[in-house]
Amino acid sequence: MLETVQKETVAKKIVLDLYGIHQAFSQPNGKSSLVLDDMSLSLREGEIVGVLGRSGCGKSTLLRIAAGLIRPTAGKVFYQGKELDRPAKGIAMVFQTFALFPWLTVLENVMTGLDALGMKEAEAHKKALAAIDLIGLDGFETAYPRELSGGMRQRVGFARALVVDPAVLLMDEPFSALDVLTGETLRSDFIDLWTEGKLGIKSVMLVTHNIEEAVFLCDRIIVLAANPGRIAARIEVPLPQPRERLAPAFREIVDDIYARMTAGHASASDIKDKKGTLPGLAMRLPIVSSHRISDLLEMLAAPPFEGRADLRVLAERFHLDDDQLLPIVEAAQILGFAEIRGGDLHVTAAGKILAEDTGDGRKRLFCEHLLRSVPLAAHIRHILSERLGHEAPRNRFLPELEDHLSPRDASQTLTAIIDWGRYAEIFTYDQKHHKFKLSA
Amino acid sequence: MHTLIRPARLVAPNRWDLVAFPLIVAVLVLLGRGAEGTFAPLEAVQSAPIFLDPAMLPGYAVRTVLRMLAAMAASLLFTLAYGTLAAKSRRAEIILIPLLDVLQSVPILGYISFTVVFFMNLFPGRVLGAELASIFAVFTSQAWNMAFSFYQSLRTVPRDLDEASRAFRFSSWQRFWRLEAPFAVPGLVWNMMMSMSGGWFFVVASEAISVGKQQIALPGIGSYVALAIEQRNLGAIGWALAAMTVVIILYDQLMFRPLVVWANHFRYEQAAAQTVPHSWFLNLVRHGRFLQLTTRPLEYLAQRVLRAPLLNASVPGPLVTETSARSRIVDAIWYAAIILVTLYGCSIIVRYVATELGWEDVLLVFRLGAYTLLRVAVLIVLASFIWVPVGVMIGLRPQLAEKIQPLAQFLAAFPANLLFPFAVIIIVHFDLNPDIWLSFLMILGTQWYILFNVIAGTTAYPTDFLEAADNFQIRGWKWWRNVILPGIFPYYVTGAITASGGSWNASIVAETVSWGETHLTAHGLGAYIAEMTAAADYPRIVLGIAVMSLYVIFFNRVLWRRLYRYGERHFRLD
Repeated sequence: MLETVQKETVAKKIVLDLYGIHQAFSQPNGKSSLVLDDMSLSLREGEIVGVLGRSGCGKSTLLRIAAGLIRPTAGKVFYQGKELDRPAKGIAMVFQTFALFPWLTVLENVMTGLDALGMKEAEAHKKALAAIDLIGLDGFETAYPRELSGGMRQRVGFARALVVDPAVLLMDEPFSALDVLTGETLRSDFIDLWTEGKLGIKSVMLVTHNIEEAVFLCDRIIVLAANPGRIAARIEVPLPQPRERLAPAFREIVDDIYARMTAGHASASDIKDKKGTLPGLAMRLPIVSSHRISDLLEMLAAPPFEGRADLRVLAERFHLDDDQLLPIVEAAQILGFAEIRGGDLHVTAAGKILAEDTGDGRKRLFCEHLLRSVPLAAHIRHILSERLGHEAPRNRFLPELEDHLSPRDASQTLTAIIDWGRYAEIFTYDQKHHKFKLSA
Repeated sequence: MHTLIRPARLVAPNRWDLVAFPLIVAVLVLLGRGAEGTFAPLEAVQSAPIFLDPAMLPGYAVRTVLRMLAAMAASLLFTLAYGTLAAKSRRAEIILIPLLDVLQSVPILGYISFTVVFFMNLFPGRVLGAELASIFAVFTSQAWNMAFSFYQSLRTVPRDLDEASRAFRFSSWQRFWRLEAPFAVPGLVWNMMMSMSGGWFFVVASEAISVGKQQIALPGIGSYVALAIEQRNLGAIGWALAAMTVVIILYDQLMFRPLVVWANHFRYEQAAAQTVPHSWFLNLVRHGRFLQLTTRPLEYLAQRVLRAPLLNASVPGPLVTETSARSRIVDAIWYAAIILVTLYGCSIIVRYVATELGWEDVLLVFRLGAYTLLRVAVLIVLASFIWVPVGVMIGLRPQLAEKIQPLAQFLAAFPANLLFPFAVIIIVHFDLNPDIWLSFLMILGTQWYILFNVIAGTTAYPTDFLEAADNFQIRGWKWWRNVILPGIFPYYVTGAITASGGSWNASIVAETVSWGETHLTAHGLGAYIAEMTAAADYPRIVLGIAVMSLYVIFFNRVLWRRLYRYGERHFRLD
């Protein structure tokens, strides 16, 4: 399923071209962390390109670079052949949070973009009404955003973007703040307007963490990997619109992407340590409560899954977003309680025991695996046992982690290990004084 | 909406104050030097006589209100300009924000003598100078926190709206009117109201003032009361109190309420509000046919201004993450310039003060300041012991709170200086010690800020916590310590800061009061400044103001700011 460039797309003109994009942000401590690492990607006429990745992979940053809102540290963006150095006419954006001005009516919100273009009021008014009509909002022109439901608000967001006749539409998780049903309706309405050619847009870039959504809407999907954000896979979706979610071909693509997004998580053994003194401290841990991990394993071990589950089905059962499920899966993998094989999640032998034991045994097993699989846990226990009073402040470990991880990741990892270590009763943590203490 | 907005002064940065403080004092020195040199011709100025006839009061009240409104208009203009500049220019911000922070701590009534002389020199022989001086005094009591609030709003524009305005290529003009100004409205309106409320005190105090031999009495309620005090006319004071009450109620109904209702429209939260404020006056304006005829053209005009294609060329570029070497060089020059000007300011102060004053003066002023500090501290503690329990009790009864809250806000706005004569009569009658009993005047008008903030905090306290406490039978001291006090702590601190700042200001008129020929004076920095003002001793006024500002800043830094941070960290309910 890797990108197989079709003859058809080659013929189409490139509208927006991102080339060799690097993005680094400087941290308060003076170090800079790399968010995007050498990304290249182009949008051609007539296609919807999806950028798919988990939170923190830099996909929103990439979209903002494409919009001219952020200047990349290195690399260039070309829009219709010209270099883009600021927001340009013809590139419109739809926001996850809608980004409507609460003090303006629906009509005024839609008109703001036209005002900025310097359009005459009468003409702007006419155009705005047409866009409101197209997107199914007629009758709500004089309503204020806070009087509308989430779905209606996002329709205003779409109308505001479409009314300026953009060549490129950039969408930042436009459906993720909506409930499932509303999101589905809006997605279908959007793809209908698009396939009917009523939008006058040349191409669309959609940022999302929802795998099905990407497969449902996009012609091409770029899968990003995190830390730093880079392209993990390019996937073509050669299915005709409208797409059927239950069709085997659709499911096959979804499963394939699931497998790609969960594969290759760092485990202790394959982390190459920079300094070699403290092996494995470069392991970034997801903030997932220990209870969440055992919940997942219990569910996985029990019927109907019996130790093996399709991730998508599991997400539905768990009532979780992909974005919420994947960190739990990652944590279970790191601790050796589950593994991904062929797009499915399998419980390991240890995971099965953990799922079945409810008493102290579960805690002991968790502790054992934590010390074995996560070098940081063993390291903290070692330091605490050597120190007088068996205590150590948070700042004993944070700088160490920051030698290997970005400050944000370091602090996140420490938060994760505090929860796990507390549950495993390896140490206690005093939040008030930021202090670790060895458990008796 | 009221107490959801945190007090502006607490979030201000505190570096660069070492620069701001000398600069402000140096300006005072320069003003004072100018005042000394040009004092003589002012004796020629004749001010209009004041009459104690109650029939004159409505006219005086109108004059007082006009002064208030003029000051508010000036404060708004200042706020828009100053706040925008500080938010948009990093280099301006470095100096403007600490400057504001220090300005907030300078006692307003302390430098009124300079400003009177300064403005009267601008318009020699005319009342306008004195009018401007009074308006300026009110302006300085209003402008700083408004500018802070506006600056903060501009700096905290929601990220998505900021991106939307840039992605859709708003011009700077459009961005300001469509995004920044509307977003700032709720905070600004709230601060305007707090400013207005504090302003009555200063307008009353600044209408009748004597600097040296110069007597100025502008027609207004403040001058009326001053004359009544001089003539020991208790009836006239009663009339003035009544007039002030009517004025404040009218101002609340005709201005405050409509503004709050209007500002509610600009709330950023997307959720519909649970309680929507009402104003009968605004409804009248909105639904009255005739009034609509007058507001329509205004609305049309506003639309034209908002949509004007001004500054279109300046489509903002993308964020730049790295600062270039050239801008770093300009930075260095800019910092160097600021430091040079500061050093120059310091030298002006030292030379000026050293010509007439010695170390013993400085020591005396610091000692007097310590007395006033002691008073403020003791009073805040006393007021807290009284009003925190009362406020909690009221806040736990929603129906009662609804009735008491407007009263507390009214009391906070009411200029307490109108009540001082009664205190003098009582103190003289019972032969009480002025050093102790005059102190209470300092907090007379400002204690209500503690009360209404505590009521607001208790009303906002989540009911499920109270029910949980009930369920687990947490009672007595444990209930206060573990349940309610942490919950209202941020609100209490907000109220106490306002009360303490107000008390310092009030000390200048409260530590020395009179009733006809009877003069009562307490030992303190406020009385010192008042006496030096009466004697037109400018070097000593400057010294007094500088030391009082230092005390206020110190008090804020060492106590209030820390308490506020502590509350934010430990007692957040969300």
